Amino acid sequence: MIGQDPLKSTLKKKAPHNPAAANLQKTLLGIPATLLIVLIVVSCIYPVIWIFMSSFKGADEFLKPMWTLPQSLHLENYTRAWTEGNMGKYVINSALVVFPSIAVMILLGTGAAFGLEVMRWKLSRTVNVLFLIGIMVPIQIVILPLFNMYYQAHLLDTRFALILTYVAFGLPLVVFFLSGYFQSFPREIVEAAVVDGASIYQVFFKIALPMVQNAIVTVALVQFFFLWNDLLVSLTFTTNPEMRTVQSGLLAFTGQYGQREWGPTFASISMAVAPTVLIYLFLNRMVMKGMAAGAVKG
Amino acid sequence: MNKTLSDWKAISLFVGPALILYLVILFVPIVSSLGLSMQEGSPITGFKYVGFANYERLIHDSQMWKALWFGTRFALFVSAGQIILGTLLALLYHFYLKHSSVLVRTLIFLPVVLPTVAVAQMFSKMFAIAPQYGLVNGLLDNLGMQSYIQPWLGQADTAFWIICIMEIWKAMGFYAILIFTGLVGIPEETIEAGRIDGAQGWNLTRFIVLPQLTPIMVASLIFSFNGTLKVFDTIVALTNGGPGTATTPLSILMYKTSFVYSEYGYGSTLALTLTLQCLVVSLLIYWRNRREGN
Repeated sequence: MIGQDPLKSTLKKKAPHNPAAANLQKTLLGIPATLLIVLIVVSCIYPVIWIFMSSFKGADEFLKPMWTLPQSLHLENYTRAWTEGNMGKYVINSALVVFPSIAVMILLGTGAAFGLEVMRWKLSRTVNVLFLIGIMVPIQIVILPLFNMYYQAHLLDTRFALILTYVAFGLPLVVFFLSGYFQSFPREIVEAAVVDGASIYQVFFKIALPMVQNAIVTVALVQFFFLWNDLLVSLTFTTNPEMRTVQSGLLAFTGQYGQREWGPTFASISMAVAPTVLIYLFLNRMVMKGMAAGAVKG
Repeated sequence: MNKTLSDWKAISLFVGPALILYLVILFVPIVSSLGLSMQEGSPITGFKYVGFANYERLIHDSQMWKALWFGTRFALFVSAGQIILGTLLALLYHFYLKHSSVLVRTLIFLPVVLPTVAVAQMFSKMFAIAPQYGLVNGLLDNLGMQSYIQPWLGQADTAFWIICIMEIWKAMGFYAILIFTGLVGIPEETIEAGRIDGAQGWNLTRFIVLPQLTPIMVASLIFSFNGTLKVFDTIVALTNGGPGTATTPLSILMYKTSFVYSEYGYGSTLALTLTLQCLVVSLLIYWRNRREGN
């Protein structure tokens, strides 16, 4: 009864003695809604299917209408994108930047959240607010001073510069997200452990970390999507093609070769998309939850 | 107990590294960008203090006003689209599909996690006219609607709408989930009470459900506006600001000024303008909402 479709209850009141008519009316009302949903779902997944499909087509097949199915699997599109298009190098570059960034960010962020929420000190509120400001800052305003700093420190075109930037930008969200979890963390457990003689480090590693495991996985996942999909930071701090990540590499590749070579272009787009699609399909609930939580807080 | 929990050594070990990194990489640059906006030059040639010259140039820069206007118009359409479609989808999930909506929710959320550059490349292929017709022009060709075939991304007005459609398409599933979370959180007694008082269908939505959703809608609106005002990847990959400068928002103008023309001082001033724009819009939405609430 509670939480029902408002349309349904309308019908019940209008036609209480004629269930058949009510059903008919409900179906008629339901058709546009169902159609709308089907249309939106198709519009969301068809373009993705279309790129994967097109990535297997041979050059001559692109003369045919774009929605036709591939006639045979031209897997060489992928090998060409991987080697000539340098996608292989870009994927490795991305991995070498994204995973260390997430590891460092989680380690530092969880530690900070623990220090801010569980430990007792005067300035913890202030520091928390300081981190909060970071969630709201657009990256554009920081990128020029950072470029200047990295230039002076000879860090441009290094993976280190990207990792530093990603970690610093991810920290506010990680701290905020985990602070929330530590807030609702039962104090008695910490206190009991301390009374039993545990050091604060033992409390952190043996009690706190295992208890916020789920939160860590969620926030790491969300950060993976942010970092894997980043263009601005990698485009700004790397000019050397050897250092390009998947996104800036894809931009360069499709810009140069995309005019003529549709097959390899679609293959390279597929390669940039595949990791996120796969991870999402397996862990969609966690991704959705994490992104929504991050957005409401940010 | 207190001794362990307020051991300053442990505190600095836990909070210190994160705080230092955050301050050095994020906080100090925010402050120093103010200084940079009063200088001229680049890291290579060195900087020179010029006072408010950059700000004066900003006011007289017609390209800046054009970019500001483009960004605002774009953000208005896209935010409206994202929030309206998001709300509609959320209502459908909650009241129409109910418990069976998991699969639909998952599929409509899919575009959210796709890399923007890849999505933009995909859209540019969909709307391509050369060397072969893309999906859309191919479809028009086959339907015998040759007169509608056009360089969609090569014309200022059509390019604008395609960028809008792409941004809405990419994020509507996200706002649907956000608003859906808010819907699920509405106490069922409230909706039931509304029904008993005679509210049904649209009236129930309009007078009972939507007011309860206001906080989450305001949060979504602020989030959406901020995201679209800062738009970068989409447009760089889709039109690179063109044709001409027709689809150049402040973020791209700032990027080109700084990294193509090496005018870092003026670039900083543009970045500051963008930040200010985001801040003003957020405060306006927040303030209007507060006033209406009272």
